[in-house]
Amino acid sequence: MKQTEIVIVGGGPAGLAAACAAYDAGVKDILILERDRELGGILNQCIHNGFGLQTFQEELTGPEYAHRFMEMVQQREIPYLLNTMVLDITSDKVVTAMNREDGVFQVQAGAIVLTMGCRERSRGALNTPGYRPAGDYSAGTAQRLVNMEGWMPGKEVVILGSGDIGLIMARRMTLEGAKVRCVAEIMPYSGGLKRNIVQCLEDFDIPLLLSHTVVDIHGKERVTGVTIAQVDGNLKPIPGTEVDYPCDTLLLSVGLLPENELSRAMGVEMAPVTGGPAVNERLETSIPGVFAAGNVLHVHDLVDYVSQEASEAGRNAAEFVNGGAQAQKPGIPVTLQGGPRYSVPCTIDPGKVQRDLVIRFRVGSVMKNRFVSLYLDEERVIHRKRPVMAPGEMEQVVLKPEMLAKHPELKQIAVCIEEA
Amino acid sequence: MYDVIVIGGGVIGCAVARYLSAYTGKVCVVEREGDVCCGTSKANSALIHAGFDAPHGSAMAYYNVKGSQMMPALAKELDIPFRRNGALVLAFDRQGLERLKKLYDNGIKNGVEGLELIEPQRVYEMEPNVAPGVTGALYAPTAGIVCPFLMTIAFGENAVANGVEFRLNTEVTGVTKGKEGGWTVQTRAGALHTRAVVNAAGVYADLLHNMVSGKKLHITPRRGDYCLLDHTASGIVERTIFQVPGPEGKGVLVTPTIHDNILLGPTAIAVDDREGNNTTAAGLDELLAKVGKTVSNVPTRQVITSFAGLRASEDGREFLVGEVEDAPFFFDCAGIESPGLSSAPAIGVELAETIASRLGLDKKTDWKPERIGILDPKKLTMEKRNELIRREPAYGQIICRCEMISEGEILDAIRRPLGATNFDGVKRRVRTGMGRCQAGFCSPRVMELLAKELGIGLDQVTKSGGASRFILGHTKERYQGGGRR
Repeated sequence: MKQTEIVIVGGGPAGLAAACAAYDAGVKDILILERDRELGGILNQCIHNGFGLQTFQEELTGPEYAHRFMEMVQQREIPYLLNTMVLDITSDKVVTAMNREDGVFQVQAGAIVLTMGCRERSRGALNTPGYRPAGDYSAGTAQRLVNMEGWMPGKEVVILGSGDIGLIMARRMTLEGAKVRCVAEIMPYSGGLKRNIVQCLEDFDIPLLLSHTVVDIHGKERVTGVTIAQVDGNLKPIPGTEVDYPCDTLLLSVGLLPENELSRAMGVEMAPVTGGPAVNERLETSIPGVFAAGNVLHVHDLVDYVSQEASEAGRNAAEFVNGGAQAQKPGIPVTLQGGPRYSVPCTIDPGKVQRDLVIRFRVGSVMKNRFVSLYLDEERVIHRKRPVMAPGEMEQVVLKPEMLAKHPELKQIAVCIEEA
Repeated sequence: MYDVIVIGGGVIGCAVARYLSAYTGKVCVVEREGDVCCGTSKANSALIHAGFDAPHGSAMAYYNVKGSQMMPALAKELDIPFRRNGALVLAFDRQGLERLKKLYDNGIKNGVEGLELIEPQRVYEMEPNVAPGVTGALYAPTAGIVCPFLMTIAFGENAVANGVEFRLNTEVTGVTKGKEGGWTVQTRAGALHTRAVVNAAGVYADLLHNMVSGKKLHITPRRGDYCLLDHTASGIVERTIFQVPGPEGKGVLVTPTIHDNILLGPTAIAVDDREGNNTTAAGLDELLAKVGKTVSNVPTRQVITSFAGLRASEDGREFLVGEVEDAPFFFDCAGIESPGLSSAPAIGVELAETIASRLGLDKKTDWKPERIGILDPKKLTMEKRNELIRREPAYGQIICRCEMISEGEILDAIRRPLGATNFDGVKRRVRTGMGRCQAGFCSPRVMELLAKELGIGLDQVTKSGGASRFILGHTKERYQGGGRR
């Protein structure tokens, strides 16, 4: 069987960043396996700008951002295979994959970085009643058709869900001449970035109906309209508030789900809230030498953070390969108080933190005038004011090795949201 | 002039056609949609019932038990997946036990093999996730699960292989007595002449019947809503779990499917619209509320899709199979509601025999009952799979990542006789888009393959024929000639 030091599953932004970082950390024997026709993942269909402000200090489109990383991969001559589906990964890191040219083949990996990304929730997962005609698309599918293939899936559009892809597609469909009637959001707040609400809806006078959802889909062959109703505090439709919206297309932007079928099948322990693997401070899963980063780990808002996180995972994978198998010691579980729904990592072994460690999390509801604090036992080492936090935006605190140095007997690490 | 025209390409029409193809004679199936298996046959519980339920002495009971007995050999012959997973009917009180006993006695009279009344302890040993409070159960080991799409399609393909003609996209508008005897079948694509007609028109069978007979039928479409759970839910039950029917109705079933999903359903809601197969919030809520009565901890958050089907329920609640008294050479298959799928093989073989003898058709000597299904590369060893990919590289390219379906399988689904002409046709044949992402990722690729294979533009590709196009135009850049092709 072929041996490779690091196998990277997925050639999107996370996979590319992980590959480059692993290479730069000294591991040259890397293989990227990508199921699509090209590297870059979903960035290829994100032709709007706003990518790279953190990573490159300039505003790039998705394909441009992806291209920068593809160039870095090519400069380093890191091998990759396209149109290659990973079928299975065993817990002892045998990767089985398949493509047209090589057929089914197996690779024994020294370390693995899982960077499979995420998928969109579908209408089926919402259990939206009605007929099942053509014309209901997940926003990302529509984005691919419009931006990469030049086709318009519809002309009169209702969008359910105000996730970022839905907001971006509201603007995109409008620019392509479609009429976007409204964006309905079941929650009392949007799941997308504030800047997208302003730039994609408000600038185009597209109404955002908060606390509303689609309760019926009309049309036997092609969508002819949807019924939208207001919802109560339990998210249940309020009878009598139904309004019919004629349209030929319903786009869904109702959440992203990390794609962890391979991870689950290989026995990686999952975190309950994120839908991604439970990882330690090294972004390592419950299987030693198997790392995860990007949207497969937890859904990100900005690709820049994906790249940062994945670089870290790539470096850690390289250290794992170079340092040999390290016995995993259970770390300290990160305690959450006052608002964070989850944290990545879930556990931290203070002895393993040699660089700045970014702890990422999201809050469960809109919170105003709060402080984000990090406690090491009783000591508050970070106390930072946040005027507004929303579930659509990722938050972070940075734990520095020097903070830990003062706590040799550390028992508790807590991320807290505190009243101002 | 045909010998037999079968109206309706559902499981009954295709089964009758398949068994008729064993005889000499010119047979044609006329179907309104662009594919077979587009009505009741595509949206049901996908079960081969054991046959204890239908009243003893009824046609339902007879065809069900016989159909169930035929299935193991038939599934091999047609190369379709079928498994006898067994069924449990649960009682939760004393009255329920009495009803179970009646069901058991009825089943024994119907000739169902292996029926047992079992104690609660054994129920929980067999199915640990059954809800607490069971007082007893009827166990039917011969109950089975099948893929209703592949069963219908396999009947159809095998009929085609044996010379049956299929006229798709051909809606029947009327049936009248022919000038030279026989019947004239009026369609939107012209008139067809035939010696005999088989009415397998599902929820429309009463309308067709009433065109030729003075003895009127009346069919009520009874809608059944279903929810399908992801593979991750598989294993919560191994057998099909029913609740004993009581005064409060039939309850809903929880069953594994032959493709390792979990299916919940159906409701039973009488509707006026023969096309009214839309799910409703009330229906889905009712369904999910009832599920917990028989099985605990059903992970309803794992629902990947919901759908509804219409049962063709005749007022007498009985199958009407055979020649219509006052309309010679017009054969009904009307009122085929549950257990219609289970009964299809028996109805097919017996009605074909009746028709052949009535028309004086002989058995063919070269009838080929075997059909080879679409190759599933997942079932091959790695060596065999690699040989296949070397020969046909399309089998090395995964298109549907949830169900792991390769391009080779999709091409086979389109290219074979009676092949798929639209997205749902591909889906029913090879399961693209049946998985957890519900076609989010694979639909653009499957659309491309359909366009290429059918020689049409991507904007002409449909979900399910007719006006169900996916694409309604070009982007501006492409419209102005700058687009990437």
